[in-house]
Amino acid sequence: MDLIEPLWEVFIRSKQGLDHKHVGSLHAADAKMAIENARDVYTRRMEGVSIWVVESKYIHSTNPDESGSLFDPANDKVYRHPTFYELPDEVKYM
Amino acid sequence: MDSKPINKAKNDLVDFTLFLADSSLIMGHRLSEWTGHGPSIEQDIAITNIALDLIGQARNFYQYAAKLENLKNNNEEVITEDDLAYLRDANEFKNLLITELPNGDWAFTISKLFFFSTWQFYFYQKLVYSKHEQLSAIAEKSLKEVTYHVRWSGGWIIRLGDGTEESKQRMEKAISNLWPYTDEMFSPSIFEENLKDSISIDVSIIKNDWLEKVKSIFTEATLSVPEGGWMQSGGKSGAHTEHLGYILAEMQFMQRAYPGLEW
Repeated sequence: MDLIEPLWEVFIRSKQGLDHKHVGSLHAADAKMAIENARDVYTRRMEGVSIWVVESKYIHSTNPDESGSLFDPANDKVYRHPTFYELPDEVKYM
Repeated sequence: MDSKPINKAKNDLVDFTLFLADSSLIMGHRLSEWTGHGPSIEQDIAITNIALDLIGQARNFYQYAAKLENLKNNNEEVITEDDLAYLRDANEFKNLLITELPNGDWAFTISKLFFFSTWQFYFYQKLVYSKHEQLSAIAEKSLKEVTYHVRWSGGWIIRLGDGTEESKQRMEKAISNLWPYTDEMFSPSIFEENLKDSISIDVSIIKNDWLEKVKSIFTEATLSVPEGGWMQSGGKSGAHTEHLGYILAEMQFMQRAYPGLEW
Protein backbone atom coordinates (compact mmCIF):
# COMPACT_ATOMS: atom_id res chain seq x y z
CA MET A 1 0.00 0.00 0.00
CA ASP A 2 1.43 3.33 -1.05
CA LEU A 3 0.72 5.99 1.52
CA ILE A 4 1.43 9.58 0.60
CA GLU A 5 0.42 11.15 3.88
CA PRO A 6 2.27 14.31 4.93
CA LEU A 7 4.76 14.39 7.77
CA TRP A 8 3.89 16.03 11.13
CA GLU A 9 6.08 17.17 14.01
CA VAL A 10 4.84 16.22 17.46
CA PHE A 11 5.21 18.23 20.67
CA ILE A 12 4.22 16.79 24.05
CA ARG A 13 3.79 18.52 27.39
CA SER A 14 4.58 16.18 30.25
CA LYS A 15 2.95 16.31 33.68
CA GLN A 16 5.90 18.08 35.25
CA GLY A 17 6.86 20.25 32.30
CA LEU A 18 5.34 23.62 31.54
CA ASP A 19 6.33 23.68 27.90
CA HIS A 20 5.62 21.38 24.99
CA LYS A 21 8.76 19.56 23.88
CA HIS A 22 9.50 18.18 20.45
CA VAL A 23 9.40 14.39 20.64
CA GLY A 24 9.48 13.27 17.01
CA SER A 25 7.48 13.06 13.83
CA LEU A 26 4.89 10.83 12.18
CA HIS A 27 2.71 10.49 9.08
CA ALA A 28 -1.00 11.32 9.06
CA ALA A 29 -3.65 12.40 6.58
CA ASP A 30 -4.79 15.42 8.59
CA ALA A 31 -4.48 17.15 11.96
CA LYS A 32 -7.10 15.00 13.69
CA MET A 33 -5.36 11.81 12.64
CA ALA A 34 -1.98 13.28 13.51
CA ILE A 35 -3.13 13.94 17.08
CA GLU A 36 -4.59 10.45 17.43
CA ASN A 37 -1.42 8.91 16.00
CA ALA A 38 0.69 11.01 18.34
CA ARG A 39 -1.43 9.85 21.27
CA ASP A 40 -0.85 6.22 20.27
CA VAL A 41 2.81 6.51 19.32
CA TYR A 42 4.17 8.96 21.89
CA THR A 43 1.97 8.85 25.03
CA ARG A 44 1.62 5.10 25.62
CA ARG A 45 3.71 5.25 28.77
CA MET A 46 1.99 8.23 30.38
CA GLU A 47 4.43 10.70 28.88
CA GLY A 48 1.99 13.49 28.30
CA VAL A 49 -0.99 15.60 29.26
CA SER A 50 -1.15 17.72 26.09
CA ILE A 51 -0.22 17.27 22.44
CA TRP A 52 0.61 19.75 19.70
CA VAL A 53 1.12 18.74 16.10
CA VAL A 54 2.26 20.89 13.21
CA GLU A 55 2.80 19.86 9.63
CA SER A 56 6.53 19.62 9.06
CA LYS A 57 6.43 21.82 6.00
CA TYR A 58 5.44 24.78 8.19
CA ILE A 59 8.60 24.54 10.27
CA HIS A 60 11.28 26.97 9.08
CA SER A 61 14.75 26.42 10.36
CA THR A 62 18.21 27.93 10.29
CA ASN A 63 20.61 26.69 7.69
CA PRO A 64 23.36 24.47 9.20
CA ASP A 65 25.87 26.10 6.81
CA GLU A 66 25.26 29.45 8.51
CA SER A 67 25.52 28.20 12.07
CA GLY A 68 29.06 29.57 12.32
CA SER A 69 28.06 33.16 11.63
CA LEU A 70 24.83 32.85 13.60
CA PHE A 71 25.96 31.21 16.82
CA ASP A 72 29.73 31.35 17.19
CA PRO A 73 29.92 35.12 17.89
CA ALA A 74 28.12 34.53 21.20
CA ASN A 75 30.91 32.23 22.27
CA ASP A 76 33.28 34.85 23.73
CA LYS A 77 30.72 37.17 25.29
CA VAL A 78 30.78 35.76 28.80
CA TYR A 79 29.83 39.20 30.15
CA ARG A 80 26.29 38.56 28.86
CA HIS A 81 25.83 35.93 31.55
CA PRO A 82 24.73 37.44 34.85
CA THR A 83 27.61 35.93 36.77
CA PHE A 84 29.64 39.04 37.57
CA TYR A 85 27.47 40.41 40.32
CA GLU A 86 27.84 40.01 44.06
CA LEU A 87 24.43 38.89 45.24
CA PRO A 88 23.33 39.95 48.72
CA ASP A 89 22.42 36.95 50.90
CA GLU A 90 18.84 38.19 51.22
CA VAL A 91 18.23 37.60 47.52
CA LYS A 92 17.24 33.99 47.07
CA TYR A 93 16.53 31.88 44.02
CA MET A 94 18.55 33.87 41.49
CA MET B 1 -31.61 -28.83 47.78
CA ASP B 2 -31.97 -25.56 49.64
CA SER B 3 -28.72 -24.22 48.28
CA LYS B 4 -29.62 -24.68 44.66
CA PRO B 5 -30.94 -21.22 43.82
CA ILE B 6 -27.80 -19.67 45.32
CA ASN B 7 -25.54 -21.88 43.23
CA LYS B 8 -27.54 -21.07 40.16
CA ALA B 9 -27.15 -17.35 40.75
CA LYS B 10 -23.43 -17.81 41.21
CA ASN B 11 -23.18 -19.81 37.99
CA ASP B 12 -25.03 -17.08 36.13
CA LEU B 13 -22.55 -14.57 37.48
CA VAL B 14 -19.60 -16.73 36.43
CA ASP B 15 -21.13 -17.21 32.98
CA PHE B 16 -21.79 -13.51 32.66
CA THR B 17 -18.24 -12.61 33.70
CA LEU B 18 -16.80 -15.18 31.30
CA PHE B 19 -18.98 -13.83 28.49
CA LEU B 20 -17.40 -10.38 28.95
CA ALA B 21 -13.91 -11.82 29.40
CA ASP B 22 -14.15 -14.05 26.32
CA SER B 23 -15.54 -11.29 24.12
CA SER B 24 -12.69 -8.93 25.03
CA LEU B 25 -10.03 -11.63 24.75
CA ILE B 26 -11.08 -12.91 21.34
CA MET B 27 -11.54 -9.39 19.96
CA GLY B 28 -8.15 -8.42 21.37
CA HIS B 29 -6.51 -11.52 19.96
CA ARG B 30 -7.95 -10.85 16.52
CA LEU B 31 -6.71 -7.25 16.56
CA SER B 32 -3.28 -8.42 17.69
CA GLU B 33 -3.01 -10.32 14.41
CA TRP B 34 -2.44 -6.92 12.77
CA THR B 35 0.87 -6.58 14.63
CA GLY B 36 3.48 -5.91 11.96
CA HIS B 37 0.83 -5.83 9.21
CA GLY B 38 -0.86 -2.44 9.74
CA PRO B 39 -1.20 -0.12 6.74
CA SER B 40 1.42 2.17 8.31
CA ILE B 41 3.56 2.04 11.44
CA GLU B 42 1.28 4.58 13.14
CA GLN B 43 -1.89 2.52 12.56
CA ASP B 44 -0.01 -0.65 13.46
CA ILE B 45 0.76 0.84 16.88
CA ALA B 46 -2.77 2.24 17.27
CA ILE B 47 -4.53 -1.05 16.66
CA THR B 48 -2.16 -3.09 18.79
CA ASN B 49 -2.65 -0.57 21.62
CA ILE B 50 -6.35 -1.28 21.39
CA ALA B 51 -5.66 -5.03 21.34
CA LEU B 52 -3.70 -4.64 24.57
CA ASP B 53 -6.52 -2.61 26.17
CA LEU B 54 -8.96 -5.42 25.38
CA ILE B 55 -6.69 -8.19 26.62
CA GLY B 56 -6.23 -6.16 29.81
CA GLN B 57 -10.01 -5.98 30.26
CA ALA B 58 -10.23 -9.71 29.64
CA ARG B 59 -7.65 -10.36 32.36
CA ASN B 60 -9.67 -8.34 34.89
CA PHE B 61 -12.81 -10.32 34.12
CA TYR B 62 -10.99 -13.68 34.15
CA GLN B 63 -9.42 -12.90 37.51
CA TYR B 64 -12.86 -12.15 38.92
CA ALA B 65 -14.37 -15.29 37.36
CA ALA B 66 -11.55 -17.37 38.84
CA LYS B 67 -12.17 -15.78 42.23
CA LEU B 68 -15.87 -16.66 42.04
CA GLU B 69 -15.01 -20.25 41.11
CA ASN B 70 -12.51 -20.53 43.93
CA LEU B 71 -15.07 -19.25 46.43
CA LYS B 72 -16.93 -22.50 45.87
CA ASN B 73 -13.79 -24.30 47.07
CA ASN B 74 -13.27 -22.32 50.28
CA ASN B 75 -11.01 -19.85 48.49
CA GLU B 76 -8.49 -22.51 47.62
CA GLU B 77 -6.91 -21.57 44.30
CA VAL B 78 -8.11 -24.37 42.09
CA ILE B 79 -8.61 -22.18 39.04
CA THR B 80 -6.53 -19.26 37.73
CA GLU B 81 -7.19 -16.64 35.06
CA ASP B 82 -4.84 -18.57 32.75
CA ASP B 83 -6.84 -21.80 33.12
CA LEU B 84 -9.95 -19.95 31.99
CA ALA B 85 -8.26 -18.40 28.96
CA TYR B 86 -6.07 -21.28 27.86
CA LEU B 87 -7.69 -24.50 28.97
CA ARG B 88 -11.33 -24.19 27.95
CA ASP B 89 -12.61 -25.56 24.68
CA ALA B 90 -14.51 -23.72 21.94
CA ASN B 91 -17.98 -24.74 23.12
CA GLU B 92 -17.21 -23.34 26.59
CA PHE B 93 -16.34 -19.91 25.19
CA LYS B 94 -19.18 -17.39 25.38
CA ASN B 95 -17.79 -14.54 23.26
CA LEU B 96 -19.96 -12.69 20.76
CA LEU B 97 -19.63 -14.19 17.29
CA ILE B 98 -18.61 -10.83 15.82
CA THR B 99 -15.35 -10.93 17.78
CA GLU B 100 -14.14 -14.19 16.25
CA LEU B 101 -14.67 -13.28 12.58
CA PRO B 102 -11.42 -13.05 10.59
CA ASN B 103 -10.03 -9.52 10.17
CA GLY B 104 -10.49 -9.28 6.41
CA ASP B 105 -9.34 -5.91 5.05
CA TRP B 106 -8.89 -2.69 7.02
CA ALA B 107 -12.50 -1.65 6.34
CA PHE B 108 -13.80 -4.92 7.79
CA THR B 109 -11.55 -4.72 10.85
CA ILE B 110 -12.44 -1.16 11.78
CA SER B 111 -16.17 -1.75 11.16
CA LYS B 112 -16.04 -4.81 13.40
CA LEU B 113 -14.24 -2.79 16.04
CA PHE B 114 -16.66 0.13 15.75
CA PHE B 115 -19.77 -2.06 16.17
CA PHE B 116 -18.18 -3.92 19.08
CA SER B 117 -16.70 -0.88 20.85
CA THR B 118 -19.94 1.07 20.59
CA TRP B 119 -21.76 -1.86 22.17
CA GLN B 120 -19.09 -2.08 24.90
CA PHE B 121 -19.43 1.65 25.52
CA TYR B 122 -23.17 1.56 26.28
CA PHE B 123 -22.89 -1.79 28.04
CA TYR B 124 -20.13 -0.65 30.41
CA GLN B 125 -21.92 2.63 31.00
CA LYS B 126 -24.74 0.59 32.54
CA LEU B 127 -22.45 -1.96 34.18
CA VAL B 128 -20.89 0.84 36.23
CA TYR B 129 -24.14 0.81 38.27
CA SER B 130 -23.98 -2.93 38.86
CA LYS B 131 -24.53 -4.22 42.38
CA HIS B 132 -21.44 -6.38 41.89
CA GLU B 133 -18.66 -4.03 42.95
CA GLN B 134 -15.90 -5.79 41.08
CA LEU B 135 -17.80 -5.71 37.78
CA SER B 136 -18.66 -2.08 38.34
CA ALA B 137 -15.00 -1.22 38.97
CA ILE B 138 -13.80 -3.04 35.84
CA ALA B 139 -16.47 -1.30 33.78
CA GLU B 140 -15.45 2.10 35.08
CA LYS B 141 -11.78 1.50 34.34
CA SER B 142 -12.51 0.10 30.87
CA LEU B 143 -14.90 2.86 29.89
CA LYS B 144 -12.13 5.40 29.24
CA GLU B 145 -10.34 2.96 26.96
CA VAL B 146 -13.52 2.06 25.11
CA THR B 147 -14.41 5.73 24.63
CA TYR B 148 -11.20 6.12 22.67
CA HIS B 149 -11.80 2.91 20.68
CA VAL B 150 -15.18 4.28 19.57
CA ARG B 151 -13.64 7.62 18.62
CA TRP B 152 -10.76 5.99 16.72
CA SER B 153 -12.77 3.37 14.83
CA GLY B 154 -15.59 5.85 14.18
CA GLY B 155 -13.05 8.24 12.66
CA TRP B 156 -11.95 5.52 10.27
CA ILE B 157 -15.55 4.73 9.28
CA ILE B 158 -15.97 8.38 8.27
CA ARG B 159 -12.63 8.49 6.43
CA LEU B 160 -13.25 5.36 4.40
CA GLY B 161 -17.00 5.82 3.90
CA ASP B 162 -16.54 9.38 2.70
CA GLY B 163 -13.22 8.62 1.01
CA THR B 164 -12.56 7.23 -2.44
CA GLU B 165 -14.83 5.09 -4.58
CA GLU B 166 -12.88 2.00 -3.62
CA SER B 167 -12.82 2.72 0.11
CA LYS B 168 -16.58 3.34 0.09
CA GLN B 169 -17.18 0.08 -1.74
CA ARG B 170 -15.08 -1.83 0.78
CA MET B 171 -16.97 -0.20 3.65
CA GLU B 172 -20.35 -1.11 2.17
CA LYS B 173 -19.23 -4.70 1.71
CA ALA B 174 -17.86 -4.88 5.27
CA ILE B 175 -21.03 -3.45 6.78
CA SER B 176 -23.40 -5.74 4.92
CA ASN B 177 -21.31 -8.79 5.87
CA LEU B 178 -21.10 -7.75 9.53
CA TRP B 179 -24.67 -6.61 10.04
CA PRO B 180 -26.12 -10.09 10.74
CA TYR B 181 -23.70 -10.35 13.69
CA THR B 182 -24.85 -7.17 15.43
CA ASP B 183 -28.17 -8.33 16.84
CA GLU B 184 -26.56 -10.92 19.14
CA MET B 185 -25.21 -8.08 21.28
CA PHE B 186 -28.76 -7.11 22.23
CA SER B 187 -30.40 -10.54 22.51
CA PRO B 188 -30.08 -11.47 26.17
CA SER B 189 -28.74 -14.90 27.01
CA ILE B 190 -30.23 -16.92 29.86
CA PHE B 191 -27.59 -15.67 32.29
CA GLU B 192 -28.14 -12.05 31.26
CA GLU B 193 -31.88 -12.48 31.66
CA ASN B 194 -31.46 -13.99 35.14
CA LEU B 195 -29.08 -11.28 36.29
CA LYS B 196 -30.91 -8.37 34.71
CA ASP B 197 -31.77 -6.70 38.01
CA SER B 198 -28.53 -7.20 39.91
CA ILE B 199 -26.17 -6.27 37.08
CA SER B 200 -28.36 -3.30 36.08
CA ILE B 201 -28.37 -4.01 32.38
CA ASP B 202 -31.28 -4.72 30.15
CA VAL B 203 -29.40 -5.25 26.89
CA SER B 204 -32.49 -4.66 24.81
CA ILE B 205 -32.55 -1.09 26.11
CA ILE B 206 -29.05 -0.13 24.95
CA LYS B 207 -29.85 -1.26 21.40
CA ASN B 208 -31.44 2.06 20.63
CA ASP B 209 -28.43 4.06 21.92
CA TRP B 210 -26.15 1.85 19.84
CA LEU B 211 -28.25 2.30 16.71
CA GLU B 212 -28.38 6.07 17.15
CA LYS B 213 -24.59 6.27 17.44
CA VAL B 214 -24.13 4.04 14.37
CA LYS B 215 -26.59 6.18 12.43
CA SER B 216 -24.85 9.45 13.31
CA ILE B 217 -21.41 8.18 12.29
CA PHE B 218 -22.79 6.55 9.13
CA THR B 219 -24.53 9.77 8.14
CA GLU B 220 -21.22 11.63 8.39
CA ALA B 221 -19.59 8.82 6.44
CA THR B 222 -22.30 8.97 3.74
CA LEU B 223 -23.06 5.30 4.39
CA SER B 224 -26.49 3.78 4.82
CA VAL B 225 -27.56 1.62 7.75
CA PRO B 226 -28.74 -1.86 6.65
CA GLU B 227 -32.32 -2.79 7.43
CA GLY B 228 -33.11 -5.89 9.44
CA GLY B 229 -32.42 -9.17 7.67
CA TRP B 230 -31.63 -12.54 9.16
CA MET B 231 -29.52 -12.40 12.29
CA GLN B 232 -26.82 -14.73 13.63
CA SER B 233 -26.66 -15.85 17.25
CA GLY B 234 -25.18 -18.57 19.44
CA GLY B 235 -21.88 -17.20 20.73
CA LYS B 236 -23.16 -16.57 24.25
CA SER B 237 -24.29 -20.19 24.56
CA GLY B 238 -21.12 -21.68 23.07
CA ALA B 239 -22.31 -22.31 19.50
CA HIS B 240 -19.54 -20.70 17.47
CA THR B 241 -18.46 -20.22 13.88
CA GLU B 242 -15.73 -22.46 12.47
CA HIS B 243 -13.22 -19.64 13.06
CA LEU B 244 -13.02 -19.86 16.86
CA GLY B 245 -11.35 -23.29 16.85
CA TYR B 246 -8.46 -21.93 14.79
CA ILE B 247 -7.99 -18.96 17.11
CA LEU B 248 -7.93 -21.22 20.17
CA ALA B 249 -5.56 -23.68 18.48
CA GLU B 250 -3.01 -20.91 18.02
CA MET B 251 -3.70 -19.11 21.29
CA GLN B 252 -3.76 -22.19 23.53
CA PHE B 253 -1.06 -24.29 21.87
CA MET B 254 1.78 -23.45 24.26
CA GLN B 255 -0.24 -24.03 27.45
CA ARG B 256 -1.61 -27.31 26.18
CA ALA B 257 1.72 -28.59 24.83
CA TYR B 258 3.69 -27.43 27.88
CA PRO B 259 1.24 -27.24 30.81
CA GLY B 260 2.09 -24.55 33.33
CA LEU B 261 4.69 -22.96 31.09
CA GLU B 262 5.59 -19.39 32.06
CA TRP B 263 7.51 -16.68 30.20
